[in-house]
This record gives sequence, C-alpha cells and structure tokens, in this order.
Amino acid sequence: MHPAPSVILFTVLSGLGFGFLAALGLGIVQPAGWAAFALWGLGYGLAVGGLLASTTHLGRPDRAWRAFSQWRSSWLSREGIAAVATLLMLAPVALSDWLGLGWSRWPGIIGAVLALATIGTTSMIYAQLKTVPRWNHWTTPAQFFAFALAGGAMLAGQGAWAVILLVILAASLVAHWYFGDRRFAEVGATMGSATGLGALGAVSVFDPAHTAGNYLLREMIYVVGRKHVAKLRVLALVLACLIPGLILLAVAHPMATAAAVLTHLIGAFAARWLFFAQAEHVVGLYYGKR
Amino acid sequence: MTCLPAKTDKKLGLAIDLDTCVGCNACVTACKGWNDQGYGAPLSDQNPYGADPSGTFLNRVHSYQVQPADAAAITVNFPRSCLHCDDAPCVTVCPTGASYKRAEDGIVLVNEDACIGCGLCAWACPYGARELDAVAGVMKKCTLCVDRIYNENLPEEDREPACVRSCPTGARHFGDFADPDSKVSRLTAERGGFALMPEMGTNPVNRYLPPRKKDALDASPLAPLLDIKATGFAGWLDRMLGKI
Repeated sequence: MHPAPSVILFTVLSGLGFGFLAALGLGIVQPAGWAAFALWGLGYGLAVGGLLASTTHLGRPDRAWRAFSQWRSSWLSREGIAAVATLLMLAPVALSDWLGLGWSRWPGIIGAVLALATIGTTSMIYAQLKTVPRWNHWTTPAQFFAFALAGGAMLAGQGAWAVILLVILAASLVAHWYFGDRRFAEVGATMGSATGLGALGAVSVFDPAHTAGNYLLREMIYVVGRKHVAKLRVLALVLACLIPGLILLAVAHPMATAAAVLTHLIGAFAARWLFFAQAEHVVGLYYGKR
Repeated sequence: MTCLPAKTDKKLGLAIDLDTCVGCNACVTACKGWNDQGYGAPLSDQNPYGADPSGTFLNRVHSYQVQPADAAAITVNFPRSCLHCDDAPCVTVCPTGASYKRAEDGIVLVNEDACIGCGLCAWACPYGARELDAVAGVMKKCTLCVDRIYNENLPEEDREPACVRSCPTGARHFGDFADPDSKVSRLTAERGGFALMPEMGTNPVNRYLPPRKKDALDASPLAPLLDIKATGFAGWLDRMLGKI
C-alpha cells in the first residue's frame, strides 16, 4: 500500500494525542494553571493535528463532514464520531484544570474511554480489510493500542509504566511482523484464485493490461523500499522502544522525557511507514505483483 | 446507511467468456467512451499523449499465460471490472453513504455528490474495480451502464452495457443471475462459470466462463519417420556406438 504522508502523520500523531488525552482524562497527571493549558493543549494539538492531516488525502475534503453519518457499517465513520466525541467530552475537564474551576472529573473518565475507543476504531479501519492480509489480523489493533498507551504514558511522565508499555509495544511490533510475513499465504489468494484459472495450470502475466501507471498501481501496489525492510524494522524497534526506554530508566527529568518522546516519534514514523509500505493488497495478483 | 440490502430482487451482472475473448479492448474503449459523456463525472486522463500517461478506466483487459502440467501453454484474455458483489465490502466501509448497492437490481453504485474521495472502498475491493478520478476527486466504478439498460430513448438492442454491446466476439453477456432461466444463468451452469477470489467472501454476482478444453494432437503423423530401425552395416554401427 502507498505510504501516504498524510495518513502516516494522522495515525502516528492522533494515536499519541489520544493516548495522552486518555492519561489526562483519567487524571494520571493533574496539571493546574498554565501547565494544564500547555499539556491539554499538546494532547488536543496532536489529536486534532493528526485528524486535520488525514483530511488532506481526501479527493473532496470540503465534504469531510459527511463521514459522520455511517456509524452503523463503517469503521472510518465510527472513528470520526469517536474522535469528535472524545474531544468534546474532555473539553470541560481541560477547562477546569486550566482555570482551576474544580469541576467533576467524571467527563474525564468517560473521555478517556472514548479516546481508547477512537484508537480502536482507527486500527479497525485497517484491520477490517480482508484485501490486505497483513493488516487483517489482531496484531494491528494491538500495535495501535500499544503505541498510543506507551506514548501517552511517556508524555504523562509515568516513567515506570512507560517502560513496561514500551516493552509491550516492542512485542506487538515483532508479533505484527512475524504473523504479517505469513498472512498472505495463509489467506490463500493467488494468481490462480484471482483469475480463477489456477485449476487449468500455472498462471503468469502474458501481457499487462496497460503499459503506464494507474490509480491501482500507485495506491495499492507500492513496492518501493521493501528491500530495506530488515534494517527499518531494527531501526523502528531501537528508536521507538529501546532508546526511549533506556532514557527513561536512566534519567528522570522533563528534558529527558522530551528527548525520549521525540526519539519514540521518529521510530513510530518508521514503523508506520513500514506498516503501509509492506502491506500487500491482493489486487496486485492481477498484475503479477505483490 | 451503507448497509447492504438483505436481498436484491434481481442480480444484474455479466458472464464473461474467457474462451471467446480475443483481448481486442473494444469493451475498454466503449466503456470509457460511454461513461465519459453522461452519468457522473467524466473519466479523466492525465498527460494522455505525454511520456507518462494515466487515466481512469472502469474496465481493463489483462492477458495471462496458463501452463498446464501436461499440455501446451494457452493464452487467456481477461477483462476485469466490477463484479457487483452480493457482500460488497466497498459498500459497508464507506463513511459517507455514497457507496451503495441497489435493492431492486443489485447494481453497486457511487453517489458522486456524497463521495469524499477517501479511497477506502478501493482498498476494500479485492478486484481493483474502483479507481479514484484524479480530476473529479471522487471514486469511479462500473455502473453496469445503468443509464443505458433502462433508457427508453435508446433502441431496444442498445439497452445493455456498452462493453457487452461493443464486444465483437460476443464474449460478454448481460443478464439477471437471480433468474435461473436467464441466458447468463444457463451459460454459467452449462460452462461451469466461476467467481473470482471466493476466499475474500465477497460473493460476486459476475461469473467468468473458463476456456474450453483444447484439442491435442495424439501424435505427429511424421512420428514413424523418427523411429527408423537401421539394418545391415548401419545397424551394426548403431549397436556398437550405443554400447560405447
């Protein structure tokens, strides 16, 4: 699949943002005054920034509001609704923390649950697709939840929890890669089943349907950069999990946390780029490509 | 809501004969021609006469080589377009309700005025049947020429999809798969028509008719000439040389 920058930004930043908002909503950190403004602002900025980035990949962003209507069947629609509901539900808690109003924290608890639901719906947009066997697996939601929770715990300054969650994140990434590498064969789609000609003999492309590119090839049959997969996996693990974990274990200081989060983000971008670039769509079978 | 109808009264679709298709691309051209001038946004081209041309098509013809284990290879021309699936995943993933399946005839369509061009339906389709138009920013797909098949302004023989009407070898058949006596249902039953990628659980309506079994020459009429038994001195030489 084509690793569109807008979608990578969206999933990484919103995931981190909603993870942090969940931590703030639960009151794991309870900042006051301008510190509250800064921290809640960071959470809202990441979540909303990611959502805005996602609208830039639309063909008609002016109609994006229509995406709130199909919650009964569509994970993308549910995602939009859950995201907006989370942001609205947490607003009074943020306001109360900032201005010291002392309002009830109950909306924060509900908002935290909604934030987790948002992360789940985002992951299901990908995990629901049978056509992309690598994504169509429980390790996809596992990875999205692990990223959000580990990132959220880091931003909330929960060193010990963050380290544990970073270990879980590393495990979820390795699991996603391990099972992902076997998924296509497991699903069983081949050129034979795609053309229905497999019963007659071995199918190969004789003449391509077109000699220039098209939407399908650009969007779903992205094969650039796969040769560096092994290096990128190591890089993603080291930057997203290992280095931030070591920093948190070694130094307990806000600057150290900031360094850990930034390193983690770079690793998260690498991992998410791989998530897309490595994912093979079954339509590639018609072109003799994967 | 982009939920699928529990049942459609008709199941309109195509039976495509892979035995008769000669890969001429007339259906591709006719499809592009018809769908450029009426229903919805036109199918745009980018840089059509330049070095890197690209464009939106609702129907494309591939060619495959099939190598049986014990016979000569065969070439199969393979038109690929929307299969109007009963369990169309492209419909249920749509966040806006733009993508829908009609309860009356089973045709899967896009309401282009509600499409936001997110592309998720194209991701959900195993068959590459949907292409996002680069100019209009909305998803395009085969409409089964919904603006031809019910169009009373057209002569009756033209009330079928443009690809079917234009096929010079009659390899494309249009009809109702819900009716067991329809031409497409009978063809499918007689010829062993099959669905594509059943493992994806989409339950396509369209069927493909397999290439017919090819005759094979039992043996070359010249075969006896290849098995000459030498006699006399040549025979003695043949045996001796064979023993070395």
